[in-house]
Formats: sequence, structure tokens, C-alpha cells
Amino acid sequence: MIKEVISAELSVGETLMIQKNRIEGADAASHRLAVVTGTHGDELEGQYVAWQLARTLAKKKNALCGTVDIYPALNPLGISTIYRGLPGFDLDMNRIFPGSRDETMYEYIADGIMRDIQGADLCIDIHASNIFLREIPQVRINEKSADVLTPLARLLNMDFIWIHSAATVLESTLAYSLNALHTPTLVVEMGVGMRITKSYGDQLITGILSVMRHLGMLKEPAPPVAPPIVSTDGSVSFVNANESGFFIPQVRHADRVEQGQLLGLIADPMSGGIQERLLSPISGLVFTLREYPVVNEGSLIARILGGSAG
Amino acid sequence: MRKETLFTIDALPYRQPISVYGYYFGTDAKTLAVMGAIRGDEFQQMYTAARLVNRLSHLESQGRLSESCGILVVPCAGQFSMNVSHRFWPLDNTDINRMFPGYEAGETTQRLAARIFEALKGYHWGVHLTSLYLPGDFAPHIRVMDTGLQKNDKGLDFGLPYLVSRDPHPYDTTTLNYNWQVWETNTFSLYTRATDSIDEQSADEAVDSILRFLAKLDMLREHDLPPGTQTQKLDEKNLVTIHNKAAGILLRRRGPGDRISRNETAALIIDPYTSEIREEIRSPSDGVIFFARHAQILPSHTVVFRVIP
Ligand SMILES: [Zn+2]
Repeated sequence: MIKEVISAELSVGETLMIQKNRIEGADAASHRLAVVTGTHGDELEGQYVAWQLARTLAKKKNALCGTVDIYPALNPLGISTIYRGLPGFDLDMNRIFPGSRDETMYEYIADGIMRDIQGADLCIDIHASNIFLREIPQVRINEKSADVLTPLARLLNMDFIWIHSAATVLESTLAYSLNALHTPTLVVEMGVGMRITKSYGDQLITGILSVMRHLGMLKEPAPPVAPPIVSTDGSVSFVNANESGFFIPQVRHADRVEQGQLLGLIADPMSGGIQERLLSPISGLVFTLREYPVVNEGSLIARILGGSAG
Repeated sequence: MRKETLFTIDALPYRQPISVYGYYFGTDAKTLAVMGAIRGDEFQQMYTAARLVNRLSHLESQGRLSESCGILVVPCAGQFSMNVSHRFWPLDNTDINRMFPGYEAGETTQRLAARIFEALKGYHWGVHLTSLYLPGDFAPHIRVMDTGLQKNDKGLDFGLPYLVSRDPHPYDTTTLNYNWQVWETNTFSLYTRATDSIDEQSADEAVDSILRFLAKLDMLREHDLPPGTQTQKLDEKNLVTIHNKAAGILLRRRGPGDRISRNETAALIIDPYTSEIREEIRSPSDGVIFFARHAQILPSHTVVFRVIP
């Protein structure tokens, strides 16, 4: 059943409407899971998950207990214009939560989304990095809510749980705002912008079924999940370009590399030269790798997960 | 006047290196730094800073800067965006004014913020000529982020009509204003009427106000500046926001600085197909218009005016 979450009138003869797909099992009011995606208009991995999850749950209707709300597009205008942000607005959508009823239209929309999700047993907010970087399937957790969220995140069948430090600026994300209202919210990052990686989507759906079983929302055995690597900022090393040019990778995403191994080159097509050779600072797993070839000085090239995991 | 290259941006393939310049006046003392345009549409901010460079170089050549006064003006650090009609960094659309204090080992715009901040750090007073995230026109004012780190009342010395204080939101904590304060510079953001169009009169008023501020600090000798106005102190929280309900074409009937009485029509929202009036936007109270949206069309549920009651 498609339901309206919140809507607003656009300038010229169009309505901006946030919608959700509500799937109800037995005892619909007993539990509620919210699966949300599409905050950043260039991130499409969650589209596959929304689609496939609805199909999977339709087949499991008899085993379903409670309600699953799937929100495939929190930023419909961004998705339809291939634009990461909110068209015509300076701030990133994930910097305006919890929203407001008396500021701007997008804050009004954000407020409506918050009110709709608030009170769910669990919210899963699916992101897909951006167009520049490819990520292994992971859950990102603010250290402030790690105690509550890490046990749930372990069930999601993701490869990696990254418990990151708290920054004030992140207090305006959807996840932070919901967690502050005691609606546990997990942020998934996986894949790359403007693409769909089916295997990652299927992996996450297995995880969602597993967490539903844990929440008492699925009356059938949960599919088995693989245990993730759990790590804090201390084990993550960043590799940024110091020159501009075009990135030519010399490793594959999700490879394990040795300290000092060549990760890639910054090429200068004008001269045929090599601007920079980028080496891995540690041994470990290339969990983030640059996908978009154009590189500015400072562009992130890779993140390596080292420590005991490497 | 001493023109110095603060740093050079050669971050972009197939574009020539871009230098960011600082204009230094007076002595080596770090009295006042003024930051102009950071974003690619801050034309008025760049123009205002450029006028300030011009005025300060005259004052300096006439020997009218005090011996203990040292000033830095950075007219523009947004050339790479300005020249390609982008407000933000062209590759990833990130905003340098959401990257302070910057990080020299980080992403491109974090590095640029770090280089700008390196030049601006350590001054006793800081002025940022900036723009809001909502396109609109302001009554000229000084804005202070109320961090508790500085004496905001020094902002009265600019002699602009308003001194507005704002409680920082989470997304403000990465701006130049906020971080400048954390690094112990007394910081004021100066808003003139326009952003993406040049308003010469408003720019000259802004330049006068910065020079007036210097004069109050005894940094200027024998000035002949206009006296400035009695400044009204406001808390942003106490401004009355006027919203529209209907969407359509916006026809503004009142602008920034205009007096308005309760129930008076401040703007019309008209039907984009028939020009019928869809909504008369009326002021809920007597007051003066502080902020007016600059837009041709508007969606529903958005800020159209902020009024000083
Ligand atoms: Zn995202």
C-alpha cells in the first residue's frame, strides 16, 4: 500500500510528495521497521534494495509480523535530476534534520519525514557513498550511540562496522536526529553513486531479514549472516591525492594490500607523465577506492582498514 | 599596500594555476583581517572588498593609518567557481565555508579552507563579507555568532543599522565565522543588501562601516567618514518570519529596510498560468523588513520575509 508521508506544492504546477510502501503482516501495530533511502539524489544502491525487499516480503507475507515501511526516495527531486543535493537549496539534505515547520520547504519536508519515522523499532538509512568512491558494504555508527546500535548492526550482514567519532556538524543528519529521539537508526554505506551493485543489495536484504527475525517481525528462521569486522577511527588510514590529474588504479576494490604497495597512479594525459604514485600507508583492506577518475589535489583515493583486521 | 600571493590553487586538471592574493596595509601588526568572496556568486562581497582595498591604499598613502595598525584584505578566494558559474567547488559541489578550520591533509576544499584560515588566523579582529544559504536581500547588518567567546557589542562600532546575534546551529560550526572565534579572533559577518548582483551604494556603506570600526579602535587619523547610524541590537530568534502557503510567482511589494504595518501586504503569490492572486502575504505585525527572499518563483511553506517587530 503506497502512502503519502508529507507533501508540498512546488512553484509551478507540481507537488513534491514523499511516499512510502507500507507492507503489513499479522498484528501490524506490534512492530515497525523503516527502510529509507534516496536522501542523496546521486545514490542509487538503495533503489534496488527497496524494490527487491518489497518483492521478498510479498512472498513472506504469512511469516511477517508487524509493519515494514519502505521509503525509496527522501529526495525525489535530487534523484530525478541526477543531483546529490536538494535542487535550488544550498544545504545537503542530511544537514537539515530534524527539520522545521517554519523555515523553508525542504525543512518542512524533513520535519514531516522525521514525524513519520519516529517511534519505529528500527530505521535503516541506506546510502551509496557518492559518485567518486566505491565502498564495501558497511554500517557507520556514531560513537555516541555505539552501545545501542552495534548489536543490531552485527545482524545486518555487512562486511564492516565503522564506529566513528562524534562531530557537531553531524548532529543534523537523519540518523543522529532519530537516534536522539530514541528511534534506533543504522546508516548503511555501500557501493558507489549512480550505479546499482546487485550483489551488495542482496547481501543487505539477507541482513534486513535477519534483523527482522531478531525484532520478532519474521516467524521463520533467519538466513545466516557473516560476522562483520568492527572497527573505530584508529584502524582507518586515508590516502588523498597531492596532485591533480586522472586516477589509474593498480589494485581492485576490497583487495588486501601490503604497506608500501602501489594503489594507483595520478596520470597527466597532456604530457604522458605520472604526477604521483600513491602507496598504501599500512597493510590492510581497501574498503574505499576511488571510482571517478578526475582527481583534484586533496581528492580522496582510498581508505585502508588496518590493525588486527589486516 | 603590499600585495602577496597567499597560496596558489592548481587543484584542477586542464586549468591554469589560480593565485589567491592578500592585500596588506600598515604594519605587521595583526589588527584586522577582512575576507571577501569565498563562494562563486559572492560578487557583491568581492566588489566590497575590492573597494576597501582601494580606500585603504589611499588612506595609507596619505599616512592616515595609525602606527600600530596592520590590515589584511582578501578580496576573493572563489575564482575557480566564479569563472565557471558555480557557487561551490565545481567538482564535488562542496562549500569551502562549511570546511573550516580546514585540514591540510584532507579533501580539496578542506585544504583550501586550511590555506585561507592560515592567512586569516591570529588577527585580533575579523570581518567576513558573506552570504546566506537562502538567496535574498538584507537590511545592511553585522551578524555575530553567539559562541560566548567574544564581546559581541563591539559590533555596534560599525554603525550599520543592525547588529544581529545568532545561536549557532550544528551546520554553523564549520563556517569561517565560528572557527575564527574559536581561534580567538573577534569575528563579525557583514551583510550588505545584495549577493549575486553589484550594489555600489550598499558596498560603499559597508566599506565606510569597516573604516568607522577602525576609527573607533583609534587606527585611523583624521577621518572624514559619515557618522553611521544608531545601531539596533537584535536576536535572530526574535525576528518574525513571514511564510507563504501557496506556490507560484513571487511579486514583492516591500523590500529590506522598508517599514510595514500589521496586515499590510508585503508580497503576492500569483498563479503562474493566469496571474490570479493565490495568496496575499501580509505582515503579522508592525515593523521593518530585515530580510526579503530574492526569487522569481517560490514553492509552498518557505520563508519570504523576516521582520523586525
Ligand atoms: Zn548519502
